[in-house]
Amino acid sequence: MEREQLEYDVVIVGAGPAGLSTAIKLKQLNSDISVCILEKGTEVGAHILSGNVFETKSLDELIPNWKELDSPVKTKVSSEEFLFLTKEKSFKVPNLFLPNALQNHNNYVISLSNFCKWLGEYAENLGVEIFPGFAASKVIYNDNDEVIGVQTGDMGLDSEKNKKENFEPGINIIGKVTVLSEGCRGHLGKEVIKKFDLNKKNKSPQQYGIGFKEVWEIKEENHEIGKVLHSVGWPLENDTYGGSFCYHAENNQIYIGYVIGLDYKNPYLSPYDEFQQFKTHPVIKKLITGGKRISYGARALIEGGLQSLPQMYMPGALIIGCNAGTLNMPKIKGSHTAMKSGIIAADVIIEHIYNNGKLSEYEKKFRNSWVYKELHQARNVKPSFQWGLIPAMIFTGIDQKIFGGRLPFTLQHRHADHEALIPARNAKKIDYPKYDGEITFDKPSSVYLSGTNHTDNQPNHLLLNDRDLSTNFTIEEYDEPAQRYCPAGVYEVELDDETQKKVLKINSQNCIHCKTCDIKEPSQNIEWVTPEGGGGPIYSGT
Amino acid sequence: MKVLVAVKRVVDYKVQIRVKSDNTGVETQNVKMSVNPPDENAIEEAVKLKEQGLASETIAVSIGDEKTQDVLRTSMAMGIDRSILVKSQNPLEPLAVAKTLKKIVEKENPDLVLMGKQAIDDDSNQTGQILSALLNWPQGCFISSLKIEGNKVLISREIDEGIENLETKLPAVLTCDLRLNTPRFASLPNIMKAKKKPLDMIDIDTLEIDTSTKIKTLKVIEPPKRKAGVMVNDVKELVEKLKYEAKVI
Repeated sequence: MEREQLEYDVVIVGAGPAGLSTAIKLKQLNSDISVCILEKGTEVGAHILSGNVFETKSLDELIPNWKELDSPVKTKVSSEEFLFLTKEKSFKVPNLFLPNALQNHNNYVISLSNFCKWLGEYAENLGVEIFPGFAASKVIYNDNDEVIGVQTGDMGLDSEKNKKENFEPGINIIGKVTVLSEGCRGHLGKEVIKKFDLNKKNKSPQQYGIGFKEVWEIKEENHEIGKVLHSVGWPLENDTYGGSFCYHAENNQIYIGYVIGLDYKNPYLSPYDEFQQFKTHPVIKKLITGGKRISYGARALIEGGLQSLPQMYMPGALIIGCNAGTLNMPKIKGSHTAMKSGIIAADVIIEHIYNNGKLSEYEKKFRNSWVYKELHQARNVKPSFQWGLIPAMIFTGIDQKIFGGRLPFTLQHRHADHEALIPARNAKKIDYPKYDGEITFDKPSSVYLSGTNHTDNQPNHLLLNDRDLSTNFTIEEYDEPAQRYCPAGVYEVELDDETQKKVLKINSQNCIHCKTCDIKEPSQNIEWVTPEGGGGPIYSGT
Repeated sequence: MKVLVAVKRVVDYKVQIRVKSDNTGVETQNVKMSVNPPDENAIEEAVKLKEQGLASETIAVSIGDEKTQDVLRTSMAMGIDRSILVKSQNPLEPLAVAKTLKKIVEKENPDLVLMGKQAIDDDSNQTGQILSALLNWPQGCFISSLKIEGNKVLISREIDEGIENLETKLPAVLTCDLRLNTPRFASLPNIMKAKKKPLDMIDIDTLEIDTSTKIKTLKVIEPPKRKAGVMVNDVKELVEKLKYEAKVI
């Protein structure tokens, strides 16, 4: 099919902190450069979900006068607590013992979704063209295997890929440089990492986590604006990496969330239910009782750090932010590092387009930046958790507090997340408590709150590489973990009427684009591809 | 034939509506806004008329603050030729909207006014009818098909008994049902072209109409939660419950 073509100097995929920072910096460096951003969400911010306690370091660099503008970065951290939870009790870890990475007094509690919306408007005022509702579905290569742009997805196809009345073919968007900033486990990012073997120098496979977030409006008397609370321990077992956050934002809102490492072993573990159960701990229950849940979402995040970071340049393109994996795990922050990776990208691209500089310069500039330093200091924290929670906390204390992350060795991640599961027959079943509809909720009512929608009668966007594998293997060997790790109830196991065999049912219209299935499926059989643009959740305030 | 399409900016139909905590209205801060869905059908129909050579020019009009420009850009990306934004900081009631549209009609002299049958935010379903009365033009409401032959307007509308076919004359006001057509996607090249199409802005005060509100909102609250259902064992129990407990039969 002959496709329409648009040309830009720079094509950016994904309007998150990394992509938007790239675009803004490009325009600041040269207002003549033409930049477009494709965003699969129905508006900027619609697919952004994050804690978020925001470190302003990159924003200070990018928009030095941001405090004079009406930005949504308003609530400074006022106090913080780090708790160790048991089922009934909580123990406060004195701030003195906390690594610097977990001290937040100069940071702000923000909604990253609202922040991106604001950054988007800022970028548009500089002349950046942002196209929300358009998914970049394919990378376009030239005959020399260089990236030359992306193709947007076709709109108006039915489930059999026939053209509907309103069919609108995708178009080719060609750029001198393409920037992939899709966020964690972007599907184009995944493709180019493989195609260009960008992981070849890495000793460790990438590590991921799944993060949940709910926004609650709570009683005024329970609200302490700017308060930041983190916890480890209950309800997770000692060998599962994870913890909670609870941030008091403006307007009597709090952001409650939970992050669980996707290297968990027990196929019966349900991250969603661990999070729901966490809210029943007396500390949290007291806080949210009488309040109202107004938003829900989940998203995979990067946990691998420096030893899993791929090479970030390739012929014709850069891969930045959490699409590569710049999140700082001990800090539980990725926004400032993603933004910085975008700022560096803009510098490299300007040199490349106007002064014949090489994209491979990215490596050097990244290495000389504070992001690299930060990630280097942080590198040993996450892998130490393979020894269990307590030894890891002790090691982290020594590594971070005494040596400042400068120990002369680097711990590696042992295996990829999808290799971590043990067979169901060797695993302990977990009984999760029933949802009460007040504090804990079932998946359908949660997905409902996320505003998730996909036009019905469109091609399925969760592909099985081997259609029979789930029925023949994953269901039997692992009791189909997808029905538990999916935070949106996309995967269900049903009994087939005819064969009386268990079969996997995929409700792709529920998908909140978190990418967990693409990461955790033990045989890597599930392939997440972009649905029709504009589909997915409509997050706001998350 | 000149076609005027009235477009309203509303909270997107996919967004879960939330009542403000002070009960003064519905939360619209940081909420995704879109073209009112039946208005999209009106846009689509106008663009089709243009494509069929029946309409010479299509104009979209909306009322609202600066941000309302986005729905007009979307309308133009779908194929509308140009648009007008009547700037108003306050939300208007249907009567004031119709009066505003009347002023625009007098200015632009269209032969046909198209709009959605109702807006999904307040669901008033009044503006089209009031406008036709103010203009003293014929009206066709909830149309699910449209054919124009010279001066003749042939429409169908779904009613309880089936489909009603009506005939009237131009100029007319027609309000569109979702079944009228399938609105097209705004393609990326068309979105870019729409950025260059003319968008005029008029301050509502210059139209000299009475925009004062006639309705006072006392309180906005969520509907009460539905109670959990009960499972009955047989028809007899069901009938008994309906008769003696629910008292509906």
